Amino acid sequence: MKQEFKVIADLLPNNTRVLDVGCGDGSLMNFLIKEKNIETRGLELDQNNVQECIYKGLTVIQGNAETELYQFPDQSFDYVVLSQTLQAFYKPDKVLNELLRIGKSVIVSIPNFGYWKVRTSLLFFGKMPVTKTLPNTWFNTPNLHMCTIKDLYNYCENQNINIKKVVGVNENNTSFIKRSNLEIKNLFSKLGIFLIG
Amino acid sequence: MPSLAGLFFWMNRKIENINKITVTKPLKLDCGKTIKDFPLAYETYGKLNNNKDNAILVFHALTGDQFVAGTNPVTQKDGWWVTAVGPGKAIDTNKYFVICANVIGGCMGSLGPSDINKETNQPYGLDFPVITIKDIVRAQESLLDHLGIEKLLCATGGSMGGMQLLQFCATFPDKTFSAIPIACSSSHSAQNIALNELARQAIMADPVWDNGKYFLKNTQPKNGLAVARMVGHISYLSEQGMQEKFGRKLQEKADYEFSFDADFQVESYLRHQGRSFVERFDANSVLYITRAMDYFDLSKQYKGGLVEAFKNQSTKFLVVSFSSDWLYTTKENKDIVIALNASGADVSYSEIETDKGHDSFLLNEPEFLKTLKGFVESMHEKFKK
Repeated sequence: MKQEFKVIADLLPNNTRVLDVGCGDGSLMNFLIKEKNIETRGLELDQNNVQECIYKGLTVIQGNAETELYQFPDQSFDYVVLSQTLQAFYKPDKVLNELLRIGKSVIVSIPNFGYWKVRTSLLFFGKMPVTKTLPNTWFNTPNLHMCTIKDLYNYCENQNINIKKVVGVNENNTSFIKRSNLEIKNLFSKLGIFLIG
Repeated sequence: MPSLAGLFFWMNRKIENINKITVTKPLKLDCGKTIKDFPLAYETYGKLNNNKDNAILVFHALTGDQFVAGTNPVTQKDGWWVTAVGPGKAIDTNKYFVICANVIGGCMGSLGPSDINKETNQPYGLDFPVITIKDIVRAQESLLDHLGIEKLLCATGGSMGGMQLLQFCATFPDKTFSAIPIACSSSHSAQNIALNELARQAIMADPVWDNGKYFLKNTQPKNGLAVARMVGHISYLSEQGMQEKFGRKLQEKADYEFSFDADFQVESYLRHQGRSFVERFDANSVLYITRAMDYFDLSKQYKGGLVEAFKNQSTKFLVVSFSSDWLYTTKENKDIVIALNASGADVSYSEIETDKGHDSFLLNEPEFLKTLKGFVESMHEKFKK
């Protein structure tokens, strides 16, 4: 189980209703069902992943989150989870609004472009960074709108989106991020996980 | 080539030997008329287990019948869904008990326009009441009682079979644990109705049809019925699929013959489909069943529309569409998913990427069959608990 999934699971109370947007092969949904008795639904683009979910007995809808979130009614889930995909949308702000419409709360994780290795790669080598969380090169990356933990934090504040919790993840270490430690956490977290809404 | 009259005699004789129940409970049809003591023909495959948790009901499409798998005893051809149903198949008859009934209005043993009207001692013809998808589905309810099944593991169907399934779930919300509507729609679109009208007009324009009274001469309006079938076949294929399969290839000839014979392979294919259809299907049945499809509009039956139709569903759904299906498009199938989502139902959805068009659900489409198998198996695991 990925560290990220553990953090997400910890943020979710038992017996809730969760929509996993971009649910992949359903491993997070499976984990949430078994560990926390959570009722899950998934949205996934890839046909093979959809099949995998169906084999596991998971409820999944094949579709594109960018264009097809409209099908879910307002506030129909306790939580909506979006794992490391926000930066790949054409219009991440629109998607975020949709997530907040569907879920009473939203969990969004992002690969942090403010992580020190990313910064040094650009600063010292003058090259677009390739790391574990950002494995693609500039010409084939699906990431269109990279941002840092600080960017998303500021965005939420500017848009009056309530920030409930932010967790920074670096390898196996996790820590809470607040305005007061934002600068340093933005430097040392590979991943930012936001609970908002 | 046997004469058509002889062929009909042969068909009727064979039809005597198929499974039937007599539905004694009066069924008030949507048109206001009531039918009772009518035959409902069905077939089953596999065995119902002791816990009775392995029953799967299949609804057939417009020109289908109850012979889903194995060999159709009447036509001696493969059952219409042998790609998906049978021993070791996606719906494995070694594990599951598969049931399929012939729709009323049909011509494979269930009450239909070619049956004798007891009041006149003549076949019904156009005296047969106009039926709806809801009537068709309600007529099948007694079969589950007859077979001793309280709750199905799964119900499924493609095309008109999918429409019956949606109606079944709305009308009998507790009868099935899971449901797989495939390549269907919750209401017939203008284009769907137009294509059906084309088929009906082809039949009715055939002078042999004689206002539906062709049975008096023991014959069939085979030219009109064949054209009706050709219309259907065009709509079941995609443009790309048709181009790949036939292109401009000529039928066993080197060049054009400058005549109206079937020069092109696609013409020959359609003619063949038309010809073989008239040997197994009744023209009036096509009129009645296509009408039932056209009248189908599930949202019209409920004040709150489609969302209301699916309210309080505990059934777990898997909706499947095919990317190149232009008869019942991905959009129409997605509308079903959206309504199910809005009503809070448990719904999965998969769009199978294929160029085979509407026909895909009957073909050997590996991705589709894998999805079907995975869903049925996982549902069985859950239902057993």
